Amino acid sequence: MEFEAVIGLEVHAELETRSKMFCACPVVDSTVAQPNIAVCPICAGMPGVLPVVNQRAVEYALRVALALECQINHTSLFARKNYFYPDLPKGYQISQYEQPLARHGKLVIVTSQGERLIRVRRVHLEEDTGKLTHVSRDGQAYSLVDLNRAGVPLLEIVSEPDLHTAEEVRQYATALRSILRYLQVNSGDMQKGVMRIEPNVSVRPLGSTEFGTRTEIKNLNSFRALERGVAFEIQRQIEIIQKGGQVIQETRGWDEARDVTFSQRIKEGEDDYRYFPEPDLPPLVVEAEWIETVRRDLPELPAARLLRFQQNYDLGSYDASVLTLEPAVADYFEQAVQAASGIPPKTIANWITGELFGLMNQAGIGIEELRVTPEALAELTRMVVQGEINQNTAKAVLAEIFESGQPAAEIVARRGLSQISDADFITGLVQQVLSENPDQIASYLAGKETVSRWLFGQVMRLAKGQANPQVIQTALDRQLQELKNRPR
Amino acid sequence: MSTLTELSLSEVTTGLRHGNFSSRELAQAYLERIERLDPALHTFLTLTPELALVQADQADQLLSDWRKNGGAAPSPLLGIPLAVKDILCVAGVRCTCGSRILENFIPPYNATSVARLRQAGMVILGKTNTDEFAMGSSTENSAYGVTHNPWDLSRVPGGSSGGSAAAVAAGLAPLALGTDTGGSVRQPASLCGVTGLKPTYGRVSRYGLVAFGSSLDVVGVFGHSAADAALVFAQMAGQDTLDATSVELPVPEFQPDASTKPSLYGLRVGVPGEYFITGMQPEVEAAIHQAITILEELGAVIQPVSLPHTQYALPVYYLIAPAEASANLARYDGVRYGPRQPAEVMWDVFRHTRGELFGPEVKRRIMLGTYALSAGYYDAYYGQAQKVRTLIKRDFDQAFTQVNLIATPATPNTAFRIGEHADDPLSMYLEDIFTLPANLAGVPGIAFPAGFDSKGLPIGIQLTAASFQEDLLFRAAHAYQQATDWHTRRPSLNQS
Repeated sequence: MEFEAVIGLEVHAELETRSKMFCACPVVDSTVAQPNIAVCPICAGMPGVLPVVNQRAVEYALRVALALECQINHTSLFARKNYFYPDLPKGYQISQYEQPLARHGKLVIVTSQGERLIRVRRVHLEEDTGKLTHVSRDGQAYSLVDLNRAGVPLLEIVSEPDLHTAEEVRQYATALRSILRYLQVNSGDMQKGVMRIEPNVSVRPLGSTEFGTRTEIKNLNSFRALERGVAFEIQRQIEIIQKGGQVIQETRGWDEARDVTFSQRIKEGEDDYRYFPEPDLPPLVVEAEWIETVRRDLPELPAARLLRFQQNYDLGSYDASVLTLEPAVADYFEQAVQAASGIPPKTIANWITGELFGLMNQAGIGIEELRVTPEALAELTRMVVQGEINQNTAKAVLAEIFESGQPAAEIVARRGLSQISDADFITGLVQQVLSENPDQIASYLAGKETVSRWLFGQVMRLAKGQANPQVIQTALDRQLQELKNRPR
Repeated sequence: MSTLTELSLSEVTTGLRHGNFSSRELAQAYLERIERLDPALHTFLTLTPELALVQADQADQLLSDWRKNGGAAPSPLLGIPLAVKDILCVAGVRCTCGSRILENFIPPYNATSVARLRQAGMVILGKTNTDEFAMGSSTENSAYGVTHNPWDLSRVPGGSSGGSAAAVAAGLAPLALGTDTGGSVRQPASLCGVTGLKPTYGRVSRYGLVAFGSSLDVVGVFGHSAADAALVFAQMAGQDTLDATSVELPVPEFQPDASTKPSLYGLRVGVPGEYFITGMQPEVEAAIHQAITILEELGAVIQPVSLPHTQYALPVYYLIAPAEASANLARYDGVRYGPRQPAEVMWDVFRHTRGELFGPEVKRRIMLGTYALSAGYYDAYYGQAQKVRTLIKRDFDQAFTQVNLIATPATPNTAFRIGEHADDPLSMYLEDIFTLPANLAGVPGIAFPAGFDSKGLPIGIQLTAASFQEDLLFRAAHAYQQATDWHTRRPSLNQS
């Protein structure tokens, strides 16, 4: 029997506003900040305190909702979601339930099977919880509570169960992260937990319209984990059903080391959070005028930019999508193109996606930390195109700029790396190589054509790698031809 | 100096301005009276004499500067002592909410209402007794013992703000703050023979008021007269950026008419039949009718009015308030503040802390509220209650198209004996039957003395106005108090 997976994603994205959702505490990086440094009576849930909505958080949420083409509710309601946990200071989380900020959005993803439209069910605002650290000291196990994160604005973006493969899940998450970054509301850093993705996975026989029992996967802290976790879970459920078993509704954790999901908490029916409208907050009213202002101020979004890159820069869809995934990369590319007028954008794209990304991956740094300015890359590309240095020299120079941030021209001059294109000089080198290697010439003349490549390398070596390869090739071809034509 | 505590507020203000006595002397007089009388009354849970004297000295400095340099007259509240219900936060002062679960909790912040009164220079004497988390009508639910009614020590002062009401009645403070969720200011004011105002919901910031029923809670005030209460109200009221439900509306200044018969000409006062029920104390009913006659004599037009959904107020209230309370009280888990009952596992820490440190009435309401919000019951209970609440609100809207004020008894009976309702929560709930509807509708109300029953216990009348028309309440209550002297009567305590 063939199976189909049905997957919906719940994405929680912290909104990187200056202050928290309901108080004036700063939003800090809770993975590095000293515990409980950004806490006040309000986010600590002290008696008698009240929440006040951070309007900037609403604006950020509107940006996302509009970017996902949602319908905005002019009046939405905050609600209390009640449950006990030590990281939840009030014993309830202020969230949105019956009337969320926005509904009915969509996100187009590109997979190996082509484009797919994934519906977004709802986008709503809430507050993050604190963080527990479980420690053991002197044989005593206990937990520490850090409330730095408690009350940080959180956006929940819930998709419809429109996803069917691990690849689609990854593409959806990637596209969503890209949008969040373009909107400058979230860094998309899953390791730091500012973006958290929880897939709901179920499987059913292909063609069936009923949903199977679903499981929810938690603690997926990378895209790789997301993709592998979903793939594992789909396979696990299929195998259970094939063996005649039944999938249990539960929350499963992802074990990164063992590459498996494991049972965390079995859900007996639905959790009862006893939601009710938050009496401390009046309905959240978003005037049409505000929505229009936010809409007008939306930046160019990834999909639009991708299309523009393909059209304006004559890039293929692969290059364009790689370059537009992160706004900083796309900006970098465009700045380099602008600085290198007359150089084909495709050439610049190749340098970025090839050599530059390679260096960045090796060093494990992002585009923000890069010491190679777009102008420097443009200059380097120009030098190659105009024959001042050759490709290999350029790679070496790039590596050095990457380390030192020095301008290309300076490095080339200092290290005497300028490309030699002087035909007479190069013809001399060719003659020297040919005269020093009679055995190789003999085998070439005997029909071993590949010897010409070896000879090319010898000439380049003699030129310390700086000779213009085309000039070498021309000179070498001519002299070998002469040897062939010479009567023996 | 004990006579200082017998002066009227305007006499005190005048005396302070003229330098006849100091704010320090005034505070000391009250502290001394508290020391002498409060052991029998138990109105205060925490006294703050050091703080009071520091604040009094600051007030004296300002008064003396003003006398020397002139300038704008200081606030009439400058240097005046104040008692604060122990559910409103005063920075650095223990706030128990009448509960063992907060027995060692010291808030680092002031309630906005408190901060604004401090801004005017009021002097805080201490924190007064309350039913645990304001859940009750007698202070019998306080974890720290019952407050006694100054008119009869065997009786309750009402509640939940019974400590504040009794303190003002006994002359232990000239003014006191309370909170009113279902009648917790008006009912004890009525039982203690003082004037108690419940402002419009949203008129006074709730920031620093430890929440019970968030959509119902209001900070109110007790004084000997409507004019006194109006001064405190004017200082507290107005929008607060820390409370999103506070309303941005100007607060009209109430200028008391000093004549002995201020005119109520042009005011229409409605009398709802639904508030004169069988089973209420006949003396109460008679006194209220008498009081209404006086309002008429002062020029008001009296007419019948109907609030048809009144009978549903009690059940609606006992769904909405506990539902909100069940969430509001969830934060008392022993994790961040308050005592923690140790246990092996986390859930047991919660269970023991809450199970052992909340009192029975609080637990009853948490369970009621949790049930009312539960999946499968929400629509039938909480959802339905909200719908009926809208109808009750509409009753008032309708009525206030016909009349300016509604006059009713504040309570069906005068003060009951301590322990009288101990075994019957429902009969206790009925004590608030006339005050609950105003909280559900959000409208302001004032209760003040309108006579005494044959046992010498005060009877209270309640006036209700449309939202944000507190000035009408003050005008009518003040006129009544100019024409009568019920509010000037004091219990005799010195022999006790």
